[in-house]
This record gives sequence, structure tokens and C-alpha cells, in this order.
Amino acid sequence: MTEGLDAAPADEGWRRLHPFSPIARVGRLLPALVFLFLVSTVHSKAENSTAETDYLIVITLVSAVYGYVHWMVTRWRFEGDTLRIETGLIRKDSRRLPLARIQAVDIVRPLLARMLGVSELRVRLAGSGSTDGKLAYLAEAEAAELRLVLLARHHETDVAVSSNTGLPMASLTLGRLLGSVLLSLVTIVLIGTVASLAVLDEFEPRTATTVAGFLAVYLVSFAGVVWRRLSGQYGFIAVEGPEGVRIRRGLLQTISETIPYGRIQAVRQVEPLLWRPFGWCRLEVDVAGATARNQRGEGTSVVRKALLPVGSQEDSWHLLARLLGGPDPPRTRPPRRAMLKAPLSFHFLSAGQDGAHAVCVTGRINRATTWVPLEKSQSIRRVQGPLQRPLGLATVHVDVAGKRARAEFRDREVAEADRLVEELSELSRQARMHRRPAPAESTGNGLVAPSGWYPDPSGRHERRYWHDGRWTEHVGNGGRRSAEATTPAP
Amino acid sequence: MTAADERHWLRPSPGLWRMRRAEVATFTAVLAAVLGLIFLATLGGLAALLTLAVVFALGAVLSWFVRRRYRAWRYQERHEDLIVARGVMVQRLSVVPYGRMQFVEVTAGPIERLFQLSTVKLHTAAAASDARIPGLERAEAARLRDRLTELGESMAAGM
Repeated sequence: MTEGLDAAPADEGWRRLHPFSPIARVGRLLPALVFLFLVSTVHSKAENSTAETDYLIVITLVSAVYGYVHWMVTRWRFEGDTLRIETGLIRKDSRRLPLARIQAVDIVRPLLARMLGVSELRVRLAGSGSTDGKLAYLAEAEAAELRLVLLARHHETDVAVSSNTGLPMASLTLGRLLGSVLLSLVTIVLIGTVASLAVLDEFEPRTATTVAGFLAVYLVSFAGVVWRRLSGQYGFIAVEGPEGVRIRRGLLQTISETIPYGRIQAVRQVEPLLWRPFGWCRLEVDVAGATARNQRGEGTSVVRKALLPVGSQEDSWHLLARLLGGPDPPRTRPPRRAMLKAPLSFHFLSAGQDGAHAVCVTGRINRATTWVPLEKSQSIRRVQGPLQRPLGLATVHVDVAGKRARAEFRDREVAEADRLVEELSELSRQARMHRRPAPAESTGNGLVAPSGWYPDPSGRHERRYWHDGRWTEHVGNGGRRSAEATTPAP
Repeated sequence: MTAADERHWLRPSPGLWRMRRAEVATFTAVLAAVLGLIFLATLGGLAALLTLAVVFALGAVLSWFVRRRYRAWRYQERHEDLIVARGVMVQRLSVVPYGRMQFVEVTAGPIERLFQLSTVKLHTAAAASDARIPGLERAEAARLRDRLTELGESMAAGM
């Protein structure tokens, strides 16, 4: 894993993808092929001919050949401080990914790839939200190690350190995941529709069939949404790493991603109406594509990611304490007359600020609490609508990068709003001047997770034992426990 | 930092009001001509006259409203940020720190060019920060653009 670091200057050091890559690539087409096969089987039974399935074999062959050629011409290596990926037979595509600009390295493992023991490595650079470099596929261990090397180079930390520290922050039990998905609007609509169709079928079978035919497309897509939520968040675990929060999740396709602390633009805690009786909430973060160093000149794309798909209030506060790295700002409420303007959301509305963050609670049905680091604020706005003016109210917004995220001091008294504009501008200015240290740098505040087995942050093994505030060399694979020889530092 | 000081507000050029007035006048005239002709052909002279009266009354109201909107635009360059205020029905005030500017855009549409005006727009990473100043004289637009760029660079360097 370390030979790549001593950049080979000449034409050496090129490495290939895993030989199983073509098979895993064709595997991505598998669902579509199965679907086509089913359609054409039904069709050919009706038509009484067998020639229909021939083109499926052709498609499979063509994609297999393409996958093989793609594997033949793809190679990668380290060149000094860049990772270079070359691919393409007819149109050569050579990418240089500067290690210093790497924003995140995600590992994606579709079902077939998992069965073959390979995974896909996706590299995202600062300044773009999309995938910039892709290595599909590498052997699992190779991908995990390369990821650590890439991240370690970026953060100028020791590989061994970045692989073996990390505090388990949150995980998700299957029961709670099922409960949360069951108590979402989509599921309730889906179940309600199916149930009423079943009832209708008792009395008016013909009408029921017609209605079901109409609704089939919607039902299938709703079921798809429910399934994606279940399979996407299955086995969710968030682990604190020195560079950011590491997240692993997924049932058929597992995804490992990192949310860097420094790029968090906003944190949102959402409590949907149906979850509130159980005290559940969801934590989301908005992460900017551009680095702090690179703020100017490049368009910033913002991605919203689930930091905790569903969790208890304690889980959420635990995570928030780590992310915010400070006390929760005190909140105040708008004057009572704001009830006239916002009758539904008034009893939720509150907002506050301290030197580091602005926080606000908004929402009618889903209560949402948003924290915005003032250091990230892009502009402060005061808006007064025609309904607010007669009541002497105004709203103050703290905008951060992106389209959706902002903190809103909703329906404040005009004098208070004017003062807030000045105060928030000044606080943001000071926050920009004196950057807070990242939460990871200030570890040692007594937040230590209980000892136990947790998913291995390095990805080499299924589980790893966490004891006394650090990862140990004890690992577990499918029920067997063993001790791993510690990786020598480069 | 003092609060938005009334003495330091700058306003768009009176050319903006002339432009908006011309737009309203053209719109009213065209609408009056079209509707007047239609009503003249179908219902006769009296209906056409009434229509004209209504359309011109509407034009007057529109022009009053546009006048108020024009007067609501104002901006102020402070030490560390730019303030832009606008709006009559919904009043908005944006405070954009120079250091947060991604780029400054100066645009001039065909009608604006006719009146020798330009619009200066500040872009930040947030889609919502809406700092746009329309109807600036070309020289003022160029001055503002250069100043904002210069300030943006010096402030961003310190971050």
C-alpha cells in the first residue's frame, strides 16, 4: 500500500484494476437484463417464437467485451502529489487528481461486486459535487487501503493514525429503521392505498382491477422509495474520524463516505409529526463541495446527507455536541402577535445565536431545528412582507452556501430585527477571523463510547473491538475473532 | 460599525426611473391600441373609449407603483460589507460581506443599453443572498465593480 507514495517518475508504477472488473461491470446491467428477459419470455410465449431472446445474448456479449476492453486500457498510479487515472481506447481520458484537493473518498460496493470481493472507489475533489475519479473495481482490501492513503495524504496525518482512531458516534438498529420507515408518509400512503384496494376488491372486483391498473405505476414507485430507504440506510453506522464523520450504510450496495467537519454548512434536526411520540429525530448535514481554501471563483455545490437517519434525542444531542463543538446557543421566541401571521408554526418558532452558531426552529408539521456556523455565513438578510409590516415584524435570514439551508429568525420585532442584522454581521465577521479548531482537534472532553464490537473503520474486517477510547487489534469476521497484525506505518 | 447610516445611502440613477416609465408607457400604449381596436370593431365607439380610459388609469397606477419601487432601491458601501435594500410590498435588505463575494457581474440588456444603464450583481455561494443593483450609470457601475472586486480580493486574502 505504501509503494505508491514514493512516486515513480518514469513509466513505472502503473497499476491495473481488479481482473473481475469486467464481470462486476456487466453485473450492473443485470437487473435491466433480467427485466428484458422476463418481458421477452412472456412476449415469445404469446407469439410462439424463441428468436426474441437472442438480442439479450448479444447485449450481454457486447457489454462484456466493452467491459474487458475498458479493463485492458485502464490504469492508475501515483505521480508525486497526484493520483493519475488513464482510461479509454478511442478517446483517451487521463485524469490527474491532486491529493491536496481531495474532498472525499467513497467506497461503493454493489451486490455482485460484493460477491466477487471487489469494490469501487470514488474520489471527489474540492470545487465539484460530482465524482471526479473512479476506480471500478479494486480488490476490497486494496480499495480500503488506498482510501486511507488518499485521505491520509490529504490531511497530512499518519495512515496508521487515521485508520485506527475513531469514536463510534451513532448506529441504527434494524427495529428502529423499520419503525421509522413504517411511520413515514410514503409508507402510510402505500399501505392505505393497498388496503383500500383490497376492500374494494371484496365488493367491486372489476372496479378494483381498473383502479389498481391506474395506480400500478405509482404504487411501484412508492414501493421503490420505501425499499431504497430501507436498503440505503440498513446497517448505518457513523464513526468519528480525525478528518470527519465516517458513515457506512447499505444492504445490497454498501457505501462508505466521509463528511469533513470543515465543510459542514448547516446541521438540521428534523422531527416529523409521526416520529415525535417516540422521541425520534433525523439529523442531516449540508456539506459544501468547495474547500475553505478555495472559496472564491468556483461554484459551490451543496449536498445534503443524513448523519443519523433516525435516532433518539440523546443520540442526536451526542452527535450535535461533537459537531458544534460548543454549547447550544440560547434561544428566544418571537412576540406573541406573530401568532397572527404564523398560526400553525408559532408554537415551534424560536431562534438564537452565540459567537459561533445561529440556531433556529421552524416548521409546521415537521419540526426542524437548524444550526448554522456563523463562520460559514454568506450574507445576512432582513425581509419584511406585507403581512408582517402591520404587525411590526420582520424576518432575519443567515444564508449559507447552497439553495436550501439557512437560519431564520422568523417574525421578530422590527427593532430587534434591525439589531440582529448588525449583530449577526459582526459575529460572522469575528467568526471568520478566528476560526474555531475542528472538533476532532479538541478530543479529550470525556466523550468516550462504551467498549464493544463495532464495524471496522478501516473496512478490512467486519468488526473491530473498541476499548478504553481507542481501536484495538482484535477483529472479527463472521463470528470468528482474531488479532490483526498492526499495519506498519509508512 | 454603525447602523445603516441614512446619509450614506446611494441610489440608482434617475435614468432607471426614466427607463421604467418608458416601459410602462410603451406597455400601456400597446395594450390601449390593441384593446381599443378590438372593442371599436366589435362593440362600437363608446366601449372603445371606456376601455381606453380604464387602460390609461391602470397605466397610471402601474407607473405610481413602479415609481415607489424605483425609490425603494438603495445601497451602501460599508467598511466590510455591502448593503442593498429594495422592495415595496416585500421589503428586503441584504448585507453581503466583501470577503464572501464569488464574483461580480455587470449586465446591460438591450433596453438598459438604450438608457446607458447597467445592473451590478454580486454572487456569493448562497443562492439566496440576492444582492443586485439595477439602473446604475455606466461609470458608476464600473467604479462599483472595480471597488467590489478590489475589496473582495483584499478581504478574502485575510481569511
